[in-house]
Amino acid sequence: MPIPDRIERTIDLAQPRQRVWEALTSAEGLGGWFGDRATVDLRPGGTAYVEWDQDEDSFKVALTIVVVEPPARFAWTWGIQGLPATDPRRTYVEFTLAPNGGGTRLTVVESGFAQVPDELLDTAYHGNVEGWRKELAELADYLDAAA
Amino acid sequence: MPRPDPEAVAAAVFASLAEPTRRSILSALAAHGPATATDLSSQLPITRQAITKHLELLAAAGLVLPEPGERRRIRYRVNAAPMAVAQSYLAALARDWDSKLARLQRSLDTSAP
Repeated sequence: MPIPDRIERTIDLAQPRQRVWEALTSAEGLGGWFGDRATVDLRPGGTAYVEWDQDEDSFKVALTIVVVEPPARFAWTWGIQGLPATDPRRTYVEFTLAPNGGGTRLTVVESGFAQVPDELLDTAYHGNVEGWRKELAELADYLDAAA
Repeated sequence: MPRPDPEAVAAAVFASLAEPTRRSILSALAAHGPATATDLSSQLPITRQAITKHLELLAAAGLVLPEPGERRRIRYRVNAAPMAVAQSYLAALARDWDSKLARLQRSLDTSAP
């Protein structure tokens, strides 16, 4: 049961690279096919926020943009779904746009799922648990004193 | 500390969760906090001896951590780290690039050139 560390998909699109690039990197594009709304600070080190509507609520995810090479390569890192926001592990998503006749061959690779969470397994993690226990004990003392 | 193999960690989580008694024990520890085998036997319809055996298996898999104490009074608590490894495995299965790329293709095909 190997953990799939690398997910790779290729899709042939009829549109030229510039149009696919716009759809991948603009707020209108990312907020259309990927999420329900987006803002994009398009530069390496910039952040894109993508928001999804869910019932009457919504949730927002921050993408840290790593590579901006129009119209050929675009990459970001983001957190792993289901893990707490404080988990330091992030996966790397890279889009490659290759000319394909008049259209574009788009490849997306997401990697990093099988990272070992050092921060969770080393003493820092246990220290964190101990820290919580201590803080809860201090809170109890504080409440006792206030009673 | 030797680097754990993520596949082995995830396998231990899924194997442990496949057994209903161990799921009950983990659920009880997650819901109510650290407990001894005796505490758990008052919450679950299982003997203390059976709970002790499952706790030892869970501890060997790293899913619970025993706190230091006298043998009968050892309290166990949930250890989240292996769950986080299993979650990243599930996240890889749940990413769903197929639907996202199909939506991208549809949006490009329907928008004006």
